[in-house]
Amino acid sequence: MAIAVFVIFVAIVLIASSHTSQRAGSVGGYFVANRSVHWSVNGIAFAGGYLSVASFLGICGLISFFGFDGFLYSIGFLAGWIVALFVIAEPMKRMGTFTFPDALNRNYNHPGIQLAAGLSVLVVSLFYLVPQMVGAGVLVEPLLGIPHYWGVIMVGTVVILIVASGGMTSTTYVQFFNGGLLLVFATVLTGAVLLRGVNTADLPPQEGDVDLEPYTFEEVNVDISGDLPKVDLPHARIVDRHAKIDRYTGQETEVFYRMSRLVPAISDGEGGYTAELKGRTPHFVSPPEEHELWAVDYVEGRPFLRVEDWWRLVSGAEDADRLVETQFRAVLADGRVLVNGVPEGPTNRLRQVGGVAKLPDDYGGNTGTVGPIRLLSVFADESTLVNQPADISFTTDTDEDVTIYYHRPTTGAVFMRPGLMFPVEAQTGEPPVVTLLNRLNFISLMLALFLGTSALPHILIRYYTVPSADDARKSTVVGIIGIGVFYVLTMYLGLGAVASGALNPETSNMSAPLLARSFGEVLFAVISGIAFTTVLATVSGLIMAASGAVAHDFVGNLLHREISDNAKVLTGRIVAVVIGLIGIVLGIAFREMNVSFLVGWAFAVAASANLPALLLMLFWRKTTAVGIISSILVGIIASVGLILLSPDMWARYGLDPASAPMPLNQPGIVSIPLSFLTLVVVSLKTRGRAPA
Amino acid sequence: MDQNSLSTQTASERRNSSIGIRMTLLYLILYGGFVVLSVFRPGWMGAQAILGLNLAVAYGLGLIIVAVILALVYSQLCRIPRTGEALQDAHTSDRSFGEKGG
Repeated sequence: MAIAVFVIFVAIVLIASSHTSQRAGSVGGYFVANRSVHWSVNGIAFAGGYLSVASFLGICGLISFFGFDGFLYSIGFLAGWIVALFVIAEPMKRMGTFTFPDALNRNYNHPGIQLAAGLSVLVVSLFYLVPQMVGAGVLVEPLLGIPHYWGVIMVGTVVILIVASGGMTSTTYVQFFNGGLLLVFATVLTGAVLLRGVNTADLPPQEGDVDLEPYTFEEVNVDISGDLPKVDLPHARIVDRHAKIDRYTGQETEVFYRMSRLVPAISDGEGGYTAELKGRTPHFVSPPEEHELWAVDYVEGRPFLRVEDWWRLVSGAEDADRLVETQFRAVLADGRVLVNGVPEGPTNRLRQVGGVAKLPDDYGGNTGTVGPIRLLSVFADESTLVNQPADISFTTDTDEDVTIYYHRPTTGAVFMRPGLMFPVEAQTGEPPVVTLLNRLNFISLMLALFLGTSALPHILIRYYTVPSADDARKSTVVGIIGIGVFYVLTMYLGLGAVASGALNPETSNMSAPLLARSFGEVLFAVISGIAFTTVLATVSGLIMAASGAVAHDFVGNLLHREISDNAKVLTGRIVAVVIGLIGIVLGIAFREMNVSFLVGWAFAVAASANLPALLLMLFWRKTTAVGIISSILVGIIASVGLILLSPDMWARYGLDPASAPMPLNQPGIVSIPLSFLTLVVVSLKTRGRAPA
Repeated sequence: MDQNSLSTQTASERRNSSIGIRMTLLYLILYGGFVVLSVFRPGWMGAQAILGLNLAVAYGLGLIIVAVILALVYSQLCRIPRTGEALQDAHTSDRSFGEKGG
C-alpha cells in the first residue's frame, strides 16, 4: 500500500513536470521557471524544499528518543529563516538574475567570485545530497521490503527525470506539492495524537503485517547479595554480567545480567515446537541439523526451550532488587545473528519500544483526549515517567558482539528540558574542559543552524523564480509560516510516537511512520509516501542548484566566453543527470551514515562558505572581490577540514575520538568567524590595489 | 566597480532593509538568550513557566511563534509605502544601502 501511494504521488509529480517541460526549453524557463511563480506557491515550495527528511523523520525521531533536545533542531532550523527573510531575500532577488553567485558578483564582475561561489554551491549541495539519498534508502528497506540501494536508485532516477526534463518549473511543483502534503498530514497526525492522549496501560494495537509490535517487558526479583545472583524463576541462573562504567567516576551506572532459563515449549508431535518468547510464538524444529540454538530440554516430561537473554538490574531502595527484561541483538563469533537469544528471522525481530510508564496521579493512568498545551504539560510533569529508549554495545568473553536495547525510565521534567542528547550540564567527576567542549559544541551547532539556512543553495535559487523583490519577501513570509507550523507539529509527532510505544529501538528515523502505523495502514502508507516525496523535493532543489552553478557560473567563466542560451540549458540538463548519478553512488556508498549527522554539517559548511561573503558584500562597503573569494575558499576549507579532523570522524576512521586533532564536532564556531575575519583582512589588504 | 550598481535601490528598499536588520538583531538577542540559558542554566529550563509548560518548552515554542509574528509584522511594514518615497529615490542613488542598513 505504501508503494501504491508513492507511485500515485510520483505520477502526479511526473505529469505536472511533463506538462511544464515544454516551457523549460529556454534559459529562463529551465533555471528560474520563467520567474513567473506566484509568491504563495513559491512560499509553500520553500517549505517543501527546505523540510528535508532530516526535518521530518530526523527531528520527530530525535524528539521521540531524546525529548526536548530534538526540538532544538526545530528551533534552530526555523530561526535561520529570520536571517533569510530580513537580510538576504530582497537584496538577493534584486542583485542576481539566475544564481546566488550572480548576486555576489553583481558589483565586482570578477570571474573568480563566480567560480568560488559556484564551487561552494557544489560542495554544500553534495554534502546535503548524501544524507537525503541515504534517507531514501533507509526508508525503502522497512517500508517496501526491498534492498537499500533500490530506494536510492528509485529516488535518484525519479529526481533526474524531474529535473532534467522540467528544470526549475517542475522542481517548484514537486516542492509545492510536498510542502502542502507535509503540512496537511502533520496536522492530521497531530490531531490523532491529541485525540488518543497518553495512556500508561494499553499501547495502541498495531495493525497490518507488523514486525515491530510493542511488548511489555517482564520483571523478576533478584538477590544479588551473594557471589552468584539468584533469580526468582524456576530453571534460571545467571551466567554472565556486563556493567556500564562511568568514564569519570569509575562507578557502575547500569548493570546487565545474562540469564540462562527455560521457556515452556509445546510439541506438535512431529518434532516441531512452538515457544512463547518475548510474547511471540516462533515455530521451530529441534534438534535442527544446522545448529544447536534451538535447544529443547525435557524437564519432568515437558519440553522447554533453553534461552540465554540479557536483563537489566533495577536497584530498589526499599523493595527488592529486580531484573527487567531487555531486548538484544547478538552477532556470534561465527557470524550468526541472534535476536533475543534465538536466530533472527521473519517471526523473530526486535519489538517496538517506548511508552509512558507513569502519569501524574490525577489522570489515573489515562489522560484521554488532551489539548495541545495540556499534552506538553503532562509530558513535562515531575511525576511522569517516560520509557526512553537506550542501548549499549559490547563484546562478551565468548566473542559475541551484543547490543542491548532497554528502557531508561526518565522523568518528564528531564525529558522535556535540554540535556539528554547534548550533555550541557556538568556531570559528576567530569573534567571542566569536557563540560566546556560539550557546551561549545552546542553553541556551535545553534550558530550554524541560525546562519546556515539563508546560505543554502537550494533555498537561495528559489528567490529567482518569482517576478520581483516584493514577491521574494512575501514568499519567504509564507515559507516561514508554513515551516514554523510544521516545526511546532514535530513536537507532537515526536511525543506522540514515544507515548504510543511506536519506536524502532534500532533507528530513530522510523518514529514518524511507525506512529502513523499505530493509527492504521492508510495513514502509514500516506506518511511513508510523503517521506519519499520529501526526499524528491529536497534532492531536486539541490540538483537544480548544482546544475545552475555549473552551467551558469562555471562553464562561461572557465571557457572565457559567453555560451549560447541553448548550450546553457543543455549543459544544465547534462549536469543534472551527472549530479543525480553521483548522488545515487554516494547514497549507496554512505548507507551506514546517520541522516541528521551530515545535515548539521552541511549547514555549517554553508554558513562558513557563503554567509560572510553575502552579509559583508551587502553591508560593508570596503569588501573587495579578492576578499569575497578568499572568504568563500577559507570557509569551505576550514569547515570541511575541521569536520574531517573531528572526534566523530575519528571514530568513523576507527581511531580513538579523544585523540582527534580538533576537539569539537561542530566546526561552525571556529570556521564562521574565521571566514568573516578572512574577508575583512583580505579586503583591507587588497583595497588599495583593486579599487572597488 | 560600477558606482551606480546599487542605484536601483529605492528608499523603501533601504527602509525595508533597516527594519529587517533591527528585527534580526532583536531575534538574535532572543535566540541567544535561549542558547545561553540552555547551556549554562539547564536547570532553569525545567522550571515551570506559563500554562503549565516548563521554561524550555515555552521559550522554544515562543521562539517559533515570535519568528512567525515578526515575519508578518515585517511584511505589513513593508507593504505601507511612506509618502514622498518616489521623490527621495532620485537623490539617494549615491548612498550605499549598507550604511543605511547597518
